[in-house]
Amino acid sequence: MSRSRTFGKSTPAGIVARYLTLLAVLAITIGPLLWELSTSLKAKTEDVFTATLRFLPSQPTLQNYAEVARTIPVWQFAANSIVVAVFYVGGNLVGATIAGFALARLRFRGRKLVFGLFLSTLVLPAEVTIISQFQTIVKLGLADTLLGVALPSMIGALNVLLLRNAFMAIPPDIDEAAIIDGANVWQRLVHIGLPSVKGILSVVAILSFIGAWDDFLWPLLVLQSPDKLTLTVGLAYLHSTFSADPRTIAAGAMIALLPIVVLFVALQRFFFRGVGEGAVKG
Amino acid sequence: MALPRRHPSARSRSVSLHRWFTPWVLVIPAVLWLAIFSLWPAINTFVLSFSNVRTLTGGQFVGLRNYLQMLADPQLHDAVFNTVLYMVVCIPLLTFLPLLLALLVEKQLPFIGFFRTVFYFPVIASAVVVALIWQWLLDDRGVINGLAQSIGLVHGAVPFLTDRWLLLFSAIALTVWKGLGYYMIIFLSALGNVRRDLHEAAAVDGAGLVRRFWTVTVPGVRATMTLVAVLICVNAMRIFTELYILGGSTGGVGGQDVSIVMLIQGAASGSNGQLGYASALSVFLFVITVGPMIALARLNRSADR
Repeated sequence: MSRSRTFGKSTPAGIVARYLTLLAVLAITIGPLLWELSTSLKAKTEDVFTATLRFLPSQPTLQNYAEVARTIPVWQFAANSIVVAVFYVGGNLVGATIAGFALARLRFRGRKLVFGLFLSTLVLPAEVTIISQFQTIVKLGLADTLLGVALPSMIGALNVLLLRNAFMAIPPDIDEAAIIDGANVWQRLVHIGLPSVKGILSVVAILSFIGAWDDFLWPLLVLQSPDKLTLTVGLAYLHSTFSADPRTIAAGAMIALLPIVVLFVALQRFFFRGVGEGAVKG
Repeated sequence: MALPRRHPSARSRSVSLHRWFTPWVLVIPAVLWLAIFSLWPAINTFVLSFSNVRTLTGGQFVGLRNYLQMLADPQLHDAVFNTVLYMVVCIPLLTFLPLLLALLVEKQLPFIGFFRTVFYFPVIASAVVVALIWQWLLDDRGVINGLAQSIGLVHGAVPFLTDRWLLLFSAIALTVWKGLGYYMIIFLSALGNVRRDLHEAAAVDGAGLVRRFWTVTVPGVRATMTLVAVLICVNAMRIFTELYILGGSTGGVGGQDVSIVMLIQGAASGSNGQLGYASALSVFLFVITVGPMIALARLNRSADR
């Protein structure tokens, strides 16, 4: 890269260099994902091993996807993951929103204490409390249930704090004007609060969904019955039991990967905008 | 959910009702969750760690027995060693590579949104999926071995997944690859705080790209770098899925590629899981995470002003 280039004005050579670097990083980033996609589309007759390094399948086929479905109830697993995700997203959107609103916009005794409690739980990595949580779920009779998987994360302290910060940013005059106009707490939440925190709400929704869909350790502990597994646990099971054929594993991995990628691409505008608002810190 | 607008006579009554009652209605669900699924488990983990409780049976107080068992466990020694190695390798890689990546996608250029989005894909992919993909790449007959052999770099397959050290470094590589986009986004928002005029002044003084990176950009994002380093520390201690999938649930050939969380999961799983012992391991995990965590909380507070 030329030394005289400034950050403000780019030379054509600088721009070319930048795009070449971007393309190189792109290859590193999605190369492995595409290779897996390609493997999942290769027929049984095609050698997927090193003897023939071919990126594109010679005869693309979906038979590996049918094979996964024959080996494990993969669509059932996907449905289970969606159920868990709906609990996660719904619980966090409602629970964290109302709590964040109260902490930011309402005065009440004990508010600082509650806020401090939320803050303090951030120093507890989930893995530390997971054993006791597991015991709680067993005692509640929710072991080996999807509700048991979803319940502990349905209201996350971090989400409460994110929403509190977002609600704090609304100018207090607007609230005062609304109170004078006779708006009650719910009306202020719905008409003034929610419209101003849409960005963060979408970030919370996206992150909750990804969290539920991708989680592994907790459902691995809670779930036992083969028909109740979530997708990630089911995939690990597929992998440990039938590790012989990389094509089948690849097809299973794609069933877990593609929906989340499609969802993210569809919502990435909101995500990057929400993050850009400076709301996600660490 | 908007309630019908009350007329003025009813209003004063509803306002006084709301004064103490409504805020609590709004925060109670979250507080309950916090109490049941965070605070109580934190205390209870400590209590359980002194008992021999199992998944389906209650236990008795056994004093320090779990802790003594833990300290004598050679696998825990391996786990701690692996964790430290994880941190030492990941901290420089995951503080500098994502910063460079953030600089690369910082400017509004055509298609830059596309690159940002795609660079984030490994972050949103499940760690299980990522580990399955990398296992296939690193297989004795996988594409990385294939490429290395076809260009004559090595003869015979490199045992990425069966060698104690290669497996650990493979897991580290996977973690770095998956983490790049995440930290890139954090740096991207921090770069907004780097003063443009300093860059321009340095450029006028004849400072090149590398020099401006070290004298303007790095000092400008130093607080974020510290935050990221602490996050990496904490995440290194929590490492689980990568090693579990790449090496198998028993920690690779010979069982030396374990992490602390793998030991916790191993002890607790099954219908006769040793929850007491697993709790002692959890307390240990907490103790060694608390240092970086306190640093993190401090940083968060100062970042919040």
